[in-house]
Amino acid sequence: MDSDQRQESVGVDDIAPVIAPGHDYSTVTDQISTIVLTRRTPRQWLIGFSIAFVVSMALLYSIAYLLLKGTGIWGINNPVGWGFAIINFVWWIGIGHAGTLISAILLLLRQQWRTSINRFAEAMTLFAVACAGLFPILHMGRPWLAYWLVPYPNTMDTWPQPRSPLVWDVFAVTTYGTVSALFWFVGLIPDLATLRDRATSLLAKKIYGILAMGWRGSARHWYRYETAYLLLAGLATPLVVSVHTVVSFDFAISIVPGWHATIFPPYFVAGAIYAGFAMVLTLSIPLRAFYNLGDFITMRHIDNMAKIMLATGLIVGYGYIVEAFMAWYSGHPAEIYMIANRLQGPYRYVFWALILCNVILIQTLWSARVRRNVILLWFISIVVGIGMWLERFVIVVTSLHRDYLPSSWGMYYPTFWDWSTYIGTIGLFCALLFLFLRFLPMISIFEMRTIVPQDGAPKH
Amino acid sequence: MARPRIYGVMAEYENPGELLSAAEQAYAEGYRQLDAYSPMPIHGLAEAIGFRGTRLPLLVLIGGILGFVLAYLMLWSIETIIYPVNVGGRPHNSWPAFIPIMFETTVLVAAITAVLGMLGMNGLPMPYHPVFNNPRFVTASRHRFFLCIESRDPKFDADATAKFLQQTHARTVSEVEW
Repeated sequence: MDSDQRQESVGVDDIAPVIAPGHDYSTVTDQISTIVLTRRTPRQWLIGFSIAFVVSMALLYSIAYLLLKGTGIWGINNPVGWGFAIINFVWWIGIGHAGTLISAILLLLRQQWRTSINRFAEAMTLFAVACAGLFPILHMGRPWLAYWLVPYPNTMDTWPQPRSPLVWDVFAVTTYGTVSALFWFVGLIPDLATLRDRATSLLAKKIYGILAMGWRGSARHWYRYETAYLLLAGLATPLVVSVHTVVSFDFAISIVPGWHATIFPPYFVAGAIYAGFAMVLTLSIPLRAFYNLGDFITMRHIDNMAKIMLATGLIVGYGYIVEAFMAWYSGHPAEIYMIANRLQGPYRYVFWALILCNVILIQTLWSARVRRNVILLWFISIVVGIGMWLERFVIVVTSLHRDYLPSSWGMYYPTFWDWSTYIGTIGLFCALLFLFLRFLPMISIFEMRTIVPQDGAPKH
Repeated sequence: MARPRIYGVMAEYENPGELLSAAEQAYAEGYRQLDAYSPMPIHGLAEAIGFRGTRLPLLVLIGGILGFVLAYLMLWSIETIIYPVNVGGRPHNSWPAFIPIMFETTVLVAAITAVLGMLGMNGLPMPYHPVFNNPRFVTASRHRFFLCIESRDPKFDADATAKFLQQTHARTVSEVEW
């Protein structure tokens, strides 16, 4: 990087504040709560929600057909038993991780800039985990027996095998979903009280009132509240690392070439944060434009997120190199063939597209000019999202389709139903997000009040 | 003892600094049954009204240990007593393989304890509270700061307390009905 550009990027940090000047407690409160409390639903919201809703109906249709016919409607076969279902599961759960990272880890690190993006990043986590959780259940073939995953005394006298990473996964994902929901709801309580007090319609007053549970902002309550919030952040931080580690164990603990690697846990966690920050950028750039939130989601936030994306992207790139090196270093013919097959085999286009998306294109983020060009950055964030999906495709499919026994080699081609289920979950995710934007404050109002500069106010 | 006529006397302030100094003055004056209300957490405010910390962290620690131990007991009993399966001749009590699940349940039980403990200690959900009877109190969740001296305080006297609060740069002072 030349020194000019470095100078510029330092300039962004120095100049751009985490909240635009001229705001006080009431303007912050009003601007964020009005988005929710306005009686007129914006036309663009209606259009966006309708599209997302229709697409999520495609998911329902695909699931209904799956229940009728079985997993044979998907492209999975022997040897590729893990198709789109597992690819999408890992992709969605990875996206969720950025939300927890922003809300928990950045809180513990006292990064003030997290304040205006943590709420919707947490919502994004919840909805991504909801989409992720669908896939392993649908992949089981008889989803109505999903409760067999849970250890409980039963008349069949059988128990799940707790030495299996697949059972670890059940615990990791359900814990993650529960803790994310708790964290999100606890963060919402004071804002729900604000909405209760500001709502004009009786129904809204009642609903927000019930959800706020009588929160009155007492000093003692705030004290316990902050203690609980910090403790939750402290618990969520190792949790988020453990969840994707366990997800990577699903692969790493098997002996399939290309999966049996110790680099998997850190490489998966970095990939998750990478994809997650890409998704936060994909969502926040249009949101701040549409809802006019440039005062709260400033260039400082955009720039920081782009930097985290670049850093985690480099870790992921390092992971690709180590994977190839370890395959060569092992001297194992099946491992070496796996890498050669990725680079030159029938799925080479997917692999090279992944390298283009995840390794080459993000190098543009070294430039402050690119990081500050929101339209360009938005496209890069989408490219990264696609790249991370391709990465999971490469990991799942190229390892399984040609392993130790050449007589059992095969190919995997996704079917229409694979695609409709996948795209359907994107619709579900967007529909839930639209509902969230309409009915809950997308930015944490009380946390914004704490960063409003105020004369005579004690410093935080 | 007969119930006092009112819940307490409430003063309204414009910024956190005023509220904090008023709370300190009230505590120095000898009032002990008082509470401060603000739209966001203010550091030092709880201590200023005589709050001596919370046992929530201890509770969360106990929850976490409980989750850890219960998970181990569950996994150990499944693997050794209820449903022992021989996997490659490895010991039935193969505790290293239990660690991921034990870790997850530790976090799960501790997190649930943190949330329920916080709500329980705060007495939430609370469907009714007298402070909401003050019509100005709706601004406590927007941009105003309140201090309420409650009538159960032995030093409380509706007129004297109101007069005292007037002197603390209060914007308004009013009585709070039950």
